[in-house]
Amino acid sequence: MKVKLNVNGRAREADVEPRKTLLDTLREDFLLVGSHAGCEHGVCGACTVLIDGEPSRACLMFAAQADGYEITTIEGLAPAPGELSIVQDAFCETHGLQCGYCTPGMILTAHALLTRNDAPSRGDIVEAISGNICRCTGYGQIVEAVEFAADRLRKTNAPRKMQRTPTDEVGRADASDKSVLEGAHTHGPRGGRS
Amino acid sequence: MKPAPFDYVRPGSLAEACEVLAGDEDARVIAGGQTLIPMLAMRLARPTRLVDILRLKELRGIRSDDDAIVIGAVTRQVEVERSEIVRCGLPLLAKALPWIGHPPTRNRGTVGGSIANADPSAEIPLVAVTLGAEIEIANSSGRMGMPADEFFIGPMLTSVMPGDCVAAIRFPLWPHPRIGTSFHEVSARQSDFAFVATAAQVAIDDAGRCLDATLGIGGVGDRALRIDVASLIGEEVGKLSISDVVRAGTADLEASSDLHATADYRRRVAAVLGTRALEDAFAEARSRDKAVRCKAVQCKAVQ
Repeated sequence: MKVKLNVNGRAREADVEPRKTLLDTLREDFLLVGSHAGCEHGVCGACTVLIDGEPSRACLMFAAQADGYEITTIEGLAPAPGELSIVQDAFCETHGLQCGYCTPGMILTAHALLTRNDAPSRGDIVEAISGNICRCTGYGQIVEAVEFAADRLRKTNAPRKMQRTPTDEVGRADASDKSVLEGAHTHGPRGGRS
Repeated sequence: MKPAPFDYVRPGSLAEACEVLAGDEDARVIAGGQTLIPMLAMRLARPTRLVDILRLKELRGIRSDDDAIVIGAVTRQVEVERSEIVRCGLPLLAKALPWIGHPPTRNRGTVGGSIANADPSAEIPLVAVTLGAEIEIANSSGRMGMPADEFFIGPMLTSVMPGDCVAAIRFPLWPHPRIGTSFHEVSARQSDFAFVATAAQVAIDDAGRCLDATLGIGGVGDRALRIDVASLIGEEVGKLSISDVVRAGTADLEASSDLHATADYRRRVAAVLGTRALEDAFAEARSRDKAVRCKAVQCKAVQ
């Protein structure tokens, strides 16, 4: 069957079997291989994508069910080719990844959290990423990365709507405030923290 | 980890969905899919056809009646978690929600899906049983309500017949102004399946006497059960009587043993957590001054 999906702001079309998951469709039909296939039954969180801005398992949804939603994958976060979003950059700065397998899911989950709440407590962060399994870092640096990203976001002057912002708006806000992103690159490690 | 082939249909109305379900015994309803899709992937389920009801507007939303809050079957768990009506009118359900799966599964998982799946350790069925909710079932001949006690039969077993579809869950509101609630759970890790979960709701009068009390226990046996705590009603409740009543009520619970917990352990934890749930609920009720019934409950708007 034919499905029309809205992925990272673009209309995409694929001819899929009804049993094909959104994850496999993203990876195989659209070659967006940043969404990782881990356990494929909803436990590990490696396949997390944003559906209308909310983190969801791409392995627990069929492509046939996914039309009409705004789907955001890790490929859709960076403001421009070769650049990183604030959250992505914070993960680099704080060494919030080792093998990188869980990282796209972690970053999208963190991105969704920070869209709703730019001053999350440690508990909020732990709760938000509790559905994403990481077997390398021990989570310490991941939590640090999210705290660091939150700190940088609070210090930007970019207008942000904190409640239920559609993801594409956040993407645009990031892209429009280039100085912030460039600033993020020139900071030293934890430079943004006071 | 790939499902066996099936047909996918997305009916435009509940009536149409029931028609499709009635015409094909091997069809299954899909809404959020957070439990069904893993079962398909592991090939524990092999339906011929999936009937997607997630976008049926008539099955969505949280509505407050005079004596109940009605939650449409395809209302997502995250919507209930964020609902002001639920937080005020059904504090017990609001307390249970954060225990369900993880945030990303609550973003897609539905209330009706959790009810229809009937996992013995699931939180929403436990709250439904504890509060004596009514499950509304639709089929091609109409709609009917069924008490939660009768609806759940065993592990993943409900009274839903082929051709039936869970349409809504009706949680009764208590008339008393001073209500306390509490929800507790023990599992290997947060968000894992509960070994034991307990839910309690109590009401007291201004003299501190118990007007009504209910205690539900999940995860212990093959479905959530209500424990008989009727002897607390009318009493001024001290600590001793609660634990005695709960211990008596849980002493011969049928409990299951598995890799994670023995039946004995589950029974012991049930007695302790049940006592704790009731004590916390009474403490919460007492801490409320002659509480005014929340305004949000009177709000008739569909969220």
